[in-house]
Amino acid sequence: MQPFWTFTGDEWTEVDRKRVLNDIISTMFNRKFMEELFKPQELYSKKALRTVYERLAHASIMKLNQASMDKLYDLMTMAFKYQVLLCPRPKDVLLVTFNHLDTIKGFIQDSPTILQQVDETFRQLTEIYGGLSAGEFQLIRQTLLIFFQDLHIRVSMFLKDKVQNNNGRFVLPVSGPVPWGTEVPGLIRMFNNKGEEVKRIEFKHGGNYVPAPKEGSFELYGDRVLKLGTNMYSVNRPVETHMSGSSKNLASRTQESIAPNPLAKEELNFLARLMGGMEIKKPSGPEPGFRLNLFTTDEEEEQAALTRPEELSYEVINIQATQDQQRSEELARIMGEFEIMEQPRLSTSKGDDLLAMMDEL
Amino acid sequence: MFRWERSIPLRGSAAALCNNLSVLQLPARNLTYFGVVHGPSAQLLSAAPEGVPLAQRQLHAKEGAGVSPPLITQVHWCVLPFRVLLVLTSHRGIQMYESNGYTMVYWHALDSGDASPVQAVFARGIAASGHFICVGTWSGRVLVFDIPAKGPNIVLSEELAGHQTPITDIATEPAQGQDCVADMVTADDSGLLCVWRSGPEFTLLTRIPGFGVPCPSVQLWQGIIAAGYGNGQVHLYEAATGNLHVQINAHARAICALDLAPEVGKLLSAGEDTFVHIWKLSRSPESGYIEVEHCHGECVSDTQLCGARFCDSSGSSFAVTGYDLAEIRRFSSV
Repeated sequence: MQPFWTFTGDEWTEVDRKRVLNDIISTMFNRKFMEELFKPQELYSKKALRTVYERLAHASIMKLNQASMDKLYDLMTMAFKYQVLLCPRPKDVLLVTFNHLDTIKGFIQDSPTILQQVDETFRQLTEIYGGLSAGEFQLIRQTLLIFFQDLHIRVSMFLKDKVQNNNGRFVLPVSGPVPWGTEVPGLIRMFNNKGEEVKRIEFKHGGNYVPAPKEGSFELYGDRVLKLGTNMYSVNRPVETHMSGSSKNLASRTQESIAPNPLAKEELNFLARLMGGMEIKKPSGPEPGFRLNLFTTDEEEEQAALTRPEELSYEVINIQATQDQQRSEELARIMGEFEIMEQPRLSTSKGDDLLAMMDEL
Repeated sequence: MFRWERSIPLRGSAAALCNNLSVLQLPARNLTYFGVVHGPSAQLLSAAPEGVPLAQRQLHAKEGAGVSPPLITQVHWCVLPFRVLLVLTSHRGIQMYESNGYTMVYWHALDSGDASPVQAVFARGIAASGHFICVGTWSGRVLVFDIPAKGPNIVLSEELAGHQTPITDIATEPAQGQDCVADMVTADDSGLLCVWRSGPEFTLLTRIPGFGVPCPSVQLWQGIIAAGYGNGQVHLYEAATGNLHVQINAHARAICALDLAPEVGKLLSAGEDTFVHIWKLSRSPESGYIEVEHCHGECVSDTQLCGARFCDSSGSSFAVTGYDLAEIRRFSSV
């Protein structure tokens, strides 16, 4: 049983920030964990992803209460939905992923071991996805969009930037560059039997598009061209999200919870493998810890937890509820290695610090 | 020229698939049926003129092994000489129902035999050809089912080989009565089009190669093949020769659906760029070459479209679905 120290200071230091980022990133890019992720499999259930995400978020000395954890997950989900939805071509989801990796590498410049892990992941991504056809990428993108269907949580930053409407739906601009490989709409060409062009007509298509400047690079280093997937917080921004009016279609959300056995054997097996792959280091001695609060006060955080709409509550998989005795013991053991034995009295920080943490160090 | 009519609400939003709207017009009963895929379920609903919703029903893909319920890829009404069947394709197989969706008359499980673990196995692409129903699969094979005038005695009569990548869409038109006339086109993820003549055995007449992007939607009208591609272009080919006669830079994103109003030769194209366009197909009186004219464009704001259909054979009204949109948007000409 390892008690946490009470941290008497009230500011995160540079060392702390680096520590948290390094811990989380090295856990995420751990080879065993990545191996599991790269296996061909069906789309993760929302519950499974949320469980894994919570584990990852707690891979270091930073802790979050339920309400802040929910908010962080909401932000991540909506940001990723935005990126996938706005990809000009399906293959651009890979460029978005590369943008993510590029930014992550920026956070861990001083840690060659972790850098190597990220580069290795890059190579694996290129090997597995680099050769897929446009049709295969379209299937991937369509499947990802199923995961995000009916999520309309409003994010302050998106609302302010006018990339999201007040009803929670993203703005799809009808101007700007067309995707690489697409022509600007408006031209009709007609050919004869020999393939020679015999007539050209223009028509008014309604948008205001321009040609694509160049193709983004899929190399280890290169200009991705696409801005989707780059750091949203490179300028100081608020992290508010709004629940009201988010999801009116309960039928679509209840589909998951009315599944006859929410802990299908396959899902449990998948989770066990993923968790097993996450090598989260146990603190060897007393460790300072931080609780991250994404709200302005503790009271606000408590209030948010109480008033979160039912249809938007995330369920984390409950290991005890499984019927598979052996599997549940194994999972409990893996999860138990990460338990905090007692609730620490810790310093808390406002949401702004999350942003500061996400900034380039 | 077109005005936005009353929308029909959906119980579940439309999934980001292609060809994600099927419409069955029943003018004799003053009814229109609509079919939309939500994901693991598909929604069928009937509406009166003016779009007043009447009844609705949800269908699911037949269960099987797996972490989550199987996803439906398409739902489509097939009008045959003596009956209408509703066909539902999924990542498990093919289900056929009587037209109101109440009685399942046939189930065909997909054989994932030579699929590698990285390959998704599914059926997709549905069309009626005479008394046959043709359904495409992930491997590129097109299954041809022989449908009796009534009853469940449906038989898989042929498997067409011509494609190597997953089928996206199939288009048919009634045979023109002559011998060598193409009356079916199949399209796939590589953009390849295969042109067929139906019969007790189907014959492959021509292949029109792709160019690196999928062809999610295809239509056939009076020997003209209309193909919509992932790069936003619509191509018009002469079915008899396979020659490209018209190339339209129609959309700024992938095309998700095409539909035809056969009475007047109007083509409807919908894209992920939020636009719907209507085109008039014709033949030049002098050369006989295919020609096209743009008639109308409509922007469905902030909606990545996924399905579009004319609601009458004269093309004076149409309906669209969009990803995440829990309604069917209808437009009619003024």
